[in-house]
Amino acid sequence: MSPYRETADVAIPELAGLQRRFLLIGAAGAVVSLLGAFLNLTQFLQSYLMAYMLCLGVTLGSLALGMVHQLSGGAWGVVLRRPIGAATRVLPVMTLLFLPIALGMHRLYSWTNADLIAHDELLQHKHLYLNTPFFLVRAAIYFLVWNTITYFLNAWSLEQDRNPDPRIARRMQHLSAGGLLGYGLMITFASFDWLMSLEPHWFSTMYGVLIMGGQGLSAMAFLIATVVWLSRRPPLDRIVATSHFHDLGNLMLAFVMLWAYFSFSQYLIIWAGNLPLEIGWYLHRSHTSWRLVAVGLIVFHFAVPFVLLLSRAVKREPSLIVKVAAWILIVRVVDLFWLIAPEFHQTGISVSWLDVVLPLTLGSIWLGCFVWQLRGRPILPVHDPEFEETLGPIIERGAPPRPSHG
Amino acid sequence: MAKPSAIYGLMAEFDEPTTLVAATQHAHREGYRCMDAYSPFPIEELHEALGAHHTRLPLIVLIGGLCGCIGGYGLQDWASAMAYPINVGGKPLHSWPAFIPITFECTILAAALSAVLGMLALNGLPMPYHPVFNVPRFALASRNRFFLCIEARDPKFDVEGTRRFLETMHPREVSTVAG
Repeated sequence: MSPYRETADVAIPELAGLQRRFLLIGAAGAVVSLLGAFLNLTQFLQSYLMAYMLCLGVTLGSLALGMVHQLSGGAWGVVLRRPIGAATRVLPVMTLLFLPIALGMHRLYSWTNADLIAHDELLQHKHLYLNTPFFLVRAAIYFLVWNTITYFLNAWSLEQDRNPDPRIARRMQHLSAGGLLGYGLMITFASFDWLMSLEPHWFSTMYGVLIMGGQGLSAMAFLIATVVWLSRRPPLDRIVATSHFHDLGNLMLAFVMLWAYFSFSQYLIIWAGNLPLEIGWYLHRSHTSWRLVAVGLIVFHFAVPFVLLLSRAVKREPSLIVKVAAWILIVRVVDLFWLIAPEFHQTGISVSWLDVVLPLTLGSIWLGCFVWQLRGRPILPVHDPEFEETLGPIIERGAPPRPSHG
Repeated sequence: MAKPSAIYGLMAEFDEPTTLVAATQHAHREGYRCMDAYSPFPIEELHEALGAHHTRLPLIVLIGGLCGCIGGYGLQDWASAMAYPINVGGKPLHSWPAFIPITFECTILAAALSAVLGMLALNGLPMPYHPVFNVPRFALASRNRFFLCIEARDPKFDVEGTRRFLETMHPREVSTVAG
């Protein structure tokens, strides 16, 4: 079992080069993006918010999936645990990367404008919640909660690598139960603060779970892509079996449906209520050229992945499911674009080059940090309480039957 | 194909699931196709070892689901836009967003029903008589024994030859299944 006890750095030597390459692309992108910030700071911040929410979504979605697996168990999660851990350990970097949003909030959020509040009674009432100091304090609380959960889960996971004491696993389960609740509450308020308040008059109680479902989907797609990459080289090529991809594909299908369910429910509730205060958000998204993006999301964010993931053959073939996962990450960006950009360009579709450069830049920096974190620990959690049961027989038997080999 | 119908097949009994899978794979390599394996619990590899053939069930479920989808939507459209055109909240008579939840429910209902009924139609259950129960020890298939039965209708089947072949895999016992 030795290759699974070595750190990933030793077992998979190409990770070091990969990390360097991602960080180089990220650095180059950062230079170009900063140029964009000088040319048009407001546009830079909009695109930055979109890119930031994507990367944060993969980070926090991984944290949530990791906690769900602590509570539910299952072979799907045992092979994901280390990529999940590495993704959550990017959270401190994401905390730092929130700074541009905090510093530029006066250009993003119209409720920070005192003149506007003076002429708007509704915003005066909302001022108790939507004001700059409280916004910053809340952000600090969110990051404190998420970072605390991440820190302890990862520290205990490291302890578990050295010490097979089952009490460590119990401790992680207890934290995960409370942690999921904490994550859910914090992301609900964070999505209200950072995204929903872009249009300060509008509100939707569905918004928090809509963002949460999106984060779960982004994380699932990213983790599937990672596991496919890992399964193509030693040591995981002998471990990750077709049935794992099948399970992960089913979970991704569930998240695609969950996203569609939340998105549609929000629309249905507002459409049925038909109240002037609520429908505005949908009006400029459905009566201008933004309508194309809305229809595009229904087709490409729901229908296409849904039909593809129904197929057993797609879910069991790593080279196909990785394409679906990559596609989902792309439409996730479009979904965030649809949530953010129409607030700034109410008359119709407007795409800036920064909407492309910033997701690539932040994504590369994120990936660089992810690979860096992945390198430091063994690629499989050998003392996971389910390790023997789920992976033991595969390890004993040697190479699992993989259709691609025969 | 003109085999005496008195024999349904030959059945080998194994102690371990792994030996059953190995024996099934071996039999499949030897060219046997009309066979079935019996185990007290599902064994994933067994499905492929038997030369998993694709069933028509997914297609039946898909068609059922589509019928439910179209039927559910059509029923609501007919009821609210044609049969009883009542103005509700000033909304158009044909208000598709309101139809989606029930359309979805009908899709699931019809797909689930066609899965259950289609499964029963394809596998022939409930089946009051099956020859494998003529072997008294077969009752152990629901406890701790694993069985591989090669059926007489297989073109490669030959009472002596197949028995010799099964014996090479060291089963506990090879029994003749009366038809």
